[in-house]
Parts: sequence; C-alpha cells; structure tokens
Amino acid sequence: MPIVKNISEFFGNENARSLKWRLEHGGYESARKALREMKPDEVTETVINSNLRGLGGAGFPTGRKWSFVPKGTDKPKYLAVNCDEAEPGTFKDKYIVEWDPHRLLEGIIICSYAVGIHTAYIYIRGEYVRPFERLEQAVKEAYAGGIIGEKVLGEDYKLDVFIHRGAGAYICGEETGLLESLEGKKGWPRLKPPFPALVGAFGCPTVINNVETLSHLPGIIKNGAQWFSDLGCERNGGSRLFALSGCVNKPGVYELPMGTPMKELIYEHGGGILEGRKLKAVVPGGTSSAVLTAEEAEMATLDFDCLAKLKSMAGSGAVIVLDEDVCMVKALHNIEHFFSHESCGQCTPCREGTAWVFRILTRIVEGGGTMADIATLKNLGQNMGGTSICALCEGAAMPLRSFVSKFEDEFEYYVKHKRSLVEDRKRNAVAV
Amino acid sequence: MSASFEFTPENKKRFEEILRRYPTKRAAMLPSLHLTQEQEGYISPEAEQYIADLLEVPVVDVREVVSFYTMFTRNPLGKHHIRVCESLSCWVRGSDEVKETLEKELGVESGGITEDGEYSWEVIPDCLGACELAPMLQLDGYFEGNLTREKVVELLKKQAASKTSGK
Repeated sequence: MPIVKNISEFFGNENARSLKWRLEHGGYESARKALREMKPDEVTETVINSNLRGLGGAGFPTGRKWSFVPKGTDKPKYLAVNCDEAEPGTFKDKYIVEWDPHRLLEGIIICSYAVGIHTAYIYIRGEYVRPFERLEQAVKEAYAGGIIGEKVLGEDYKLDVFIHRGAGAYICGEETGLLESLEGKKGWPRLKPPFPALVGAFGCPTVINNVETLSHLPGIIKNGAQWFSDLGCERNGGSRLFALSGCVNKPGVYELPMGTPMKELIYEHGGGILEGRKLKAVVPGGTSSAVLTAEEAEMATLDFDCLAKLKSMAGSGAVIVLDEDVCMVKALHNIEHFFSHESCGQCTPCREGTAWVFRILTRIVEGGGTMADIATLKNLGQNMGGTSICALCEGAAMPLRSFVSKFEDEFEYYVKHKRSLVEDRKRNAVAV
Repeated sequence: MSASFEFTPENKKRFEEILRRYPTKRAAMLPSLHLTQEQEGYISPEAEQYIADLLEVPVVDVREVVSFYTMFTRNPLGKHHIRVCESLSCWVRGSDEVKETLEKELGVESGGITEDGEYSWEVIPDCLGACELAPMLQLDGYFEGNLTREKVVELLKKQAASKTSGK
C-alpha cells in the first residue's frame, strides 16, 4: 500500500508552522465546520463511526472514550493531550508537533467542542526542547490570531490551551501518571476506577488523547467517517504514523493505512536491512511489545488486531528492526535496563521484578549466568504481568517472555559459553 | 551560587503567569522547577524551600518531585550538558562508540563534569525520541544524530570554536 499523507502532508515543509500559511492551506477549516455546522454529539458520532483508535499505544476507540464523559456535570472538564512519547522507538508525535503544530491545535478544538471542554493541557516530554519551542510559538500565534482563547475562530466558544512540560519520566505517558504529573506530583499512576472520564485532572472529568489521535480529527471532520474507516482495515480505521528504526537503511516516520504488511514497511519504504544483512526479529510496537521472529514479521500486518493475534501489540507504532548481527541476550538486557530504570516504584512486583530481571540479565551478559537464571527469567515473565496498577510491569514482561522463549538457544549458549552466540558467529565468519 | 534563592524579577513575572494556567497552586510545581533550573542551573535545597513556600506545600513534596524526575538535578552540571541515548534503536546503531568517544575526549566518565566545568555528560537508558537519527545525543537539549566517532569529535570542536568566537 502506498504512503498516505493525511497527517504527514506537511512534514518537512518549513512554511507549515506559520499560522498565516496554514490558514491558506486548509488550516482550521474543519474546526470551523464543526463549530458552525455540527452539534457536539454529531462530532462524537462521526469519530465513533470513523473507527479512529487511540494511537498512543492502547488503541482504545477514541469516540467511545469521549462518550464516557458525563454530560450534565457542573464541574469543569479538561483535555490532557499526551505528547509524552517515550516508549523506546517512538518519535512520531515529535514530527506532528515540529512540522504541523496547527493540525494538532485544530484537533484539540474539535475534541474540546465535542466534549464541552474549555481548558486543554498539552503534556510534552521535557526532553523535547525544539518541539516545545515550535509548539509554544504555534499556540502564541493561535491566541494572537483569534483561533483559540475567548472566542474560538470567532464563535461563541472559549478554549484555553496550555503547554505543560514533563521532566523525564516514562511513566508520565501512562494516562493517570500524566494527570498526577500535571497536578504537580510524582507520576504515580492511579488505581482505576474511577476512570479519568469521570475523575481526572483536578478531580474533574478529563479526556486524555494522544497527539496523533487528535491530529486525525480535522481530516475525519472534513472527509467524513466513512472515508477514514475505508482507509484502514476492519475495526482499525484510517492511516497511522509508523516510526521505523533500528537496522534499516531508511529509518523515519511513514504514514500508511492500517493493515499494511510489515514487510512492505521494512523493505519498500524502509529500504531493507542494513548492508543487505538478514532480518532476525522485529519489535513491532515499542519495546513494551513482544518481539516477533523474522517469520512472524513476514506475515504480520500493521494493525492492532493482527499484532494482538500474534500475542504482541501494535502499541505506539514504533517498529524496531533487528538484524542477524544483533545479540538477543544483550538486546533484552538493554530493554530491561530501561524498564528497571523507569519503574516508578509504586507496585512491588514491578519495582522488584524489573530490577531483578535486569540484575539477572546483567549477570548473564557479564558471563556469570547459570541455567537456573534462565528458568528464573521465564518464571518472572509469567508472574510479573497483571499484578500492578498500570501496564508498565506487563510492558517489561512481554519482551522478557518473548525474547527468552523465541531465542532460547542464544540465552543457553550465552550461559554455557559466557559469550554471545551471535558475536562468536561473527568472529568465526571473519576468521574464515 | 549563593545559599539563598529567589526568582529574578523577570522570572517572578513568569511564575505569576504560570500560576494562572492551573486551578491549583501545586500544579505549577513542574514549570516552577524548570524555571528554577533555568535560572540557577540546578535545584538547591534553598530553592526547594523557596518553591515550597510559593506553592504552599511542605518542602518534602518538592524534594519528592525533584528526585522523581530525571531532568531535575540537585547538583550543578557543566556549562554544556550532553545526554547520550542508549535505548534499543541507538544501541543497535552504535551508541557504545558514542559513549567511548565522549569518555575519551572529555576525560570523565558518564555522570561527571570536565575539570574546566565546560561539559557534563551522562548516558540515558531512556529513549530520547529521535531513533531516526540513531545513534544520537542531546547537546544542551538539542538533538545531534547519525553519530560516528569522527562526528562526536567534530561536534565538540565546533562547540569549543563557537565559544572562542564569542557566539
């Protein structure tokens, strides 16, 4: 399937950040249409029918999420925009914010109008300095141009948009961790229920949507629900940004229809594997997702349902390609280092489990592992998931289980020989 | 680096503007700490107390936040700070070489500051969100990517040159 340009249309275009230019190129027309011609419920209905799903990673149907916010409440309602993208391998929201921030702001207006929200916070990860600067500039221009503020696009609708910078904590991308962080606390996820739609930011009903999800709204309002849902595959509406990285020739962000074959992304758009090497494995949706073998990757399509069937997940759309020269023991060690560092420390199975996994893998990589360590890793993989408040622990367990079970020979070899199988093979090949 | 801390008049104004964004004072915590670190380069115990007083929260609540988030530092850093991404995509593309080069060129290990106070650097196990540029680092917050040993050396040279030319 060819690359589509629904939300990536202006990536790389230096003009698109300016409000003036953007207004001359379709900017805010959909928001105007929604405000003038549609009732809020019609907007929600359209989004439900489009099959747009949350593109931060969970894939929850967006319109349905909105519909959980109570109608006749006298409490203020909030929109929290999740731009805390920190799932390893993920860098797509950065492109939207850097190249087309007004598309995001337009999506924010549409969502806010549908749900009856008058204050939106964009939570952007602290490490994103240039994206923050560009976003701040866009918000300033939007206020000055009467796009947001007291009268949105001149209509009788008030909307404030504030940017809230994170400060380096992966867990704040988890939606309730984000809310805690927005409220000025450490990012410890909350027990659910109550769900944020009822009790969210500052105790009030809150919608939390990912940057990319919101950026699809202008297109959906403009072209209709059917157009979007027809683009994708069943129950997976539209197109999606895939962040391709790792051992490929052309890493980058590619917008493709949902359901596109993974091998097309890797070989056609991504230019194939580095230096003509062989594909070994793919991490299909950020490092929280279960790794796929090359055979599985060859069959996979890029949508939520197919990857769930393969006992992995589409997650954040971050596709990390690993070639035959990558040692899977060291790769898992790398992944689990991240999780043990980023466990927020609230739940015991996660705090202790991720640290334990990392210590064992460190021991193996340093040549001190035993066969019992492999058994312990398997055991931990079975027992860490589903035992904690948020999904981080399961996110650490998914790669653990899949790496060890699918590449067990490499783990056994490493323990027996105190060396990497892959590196030995490479050395021998050079010697020959 | 005096023991006492207070916002500059300009930052006091910015703080007042920050407060207006939120329904609670406490929500101004992260932006206030960013402002503090921007002004001082790090967050001292005195600054923590100052923020606690401004936000009307116990100082322990401020310390809790400062110590939770990796971007907040309680120790001064070098004039320029480098963060090397070591996440999976950077690692398979050679982040080890970037680390080794920095260690050699700067003469200090990750987490250290050079003797002249110009540079501090650290390896980050988190993904910095620029895998298309792997391997990459952040110099004073901005991304530098597709790094090799030579490129890292060149980057440091360029940085030093921009200083002597007064830029």
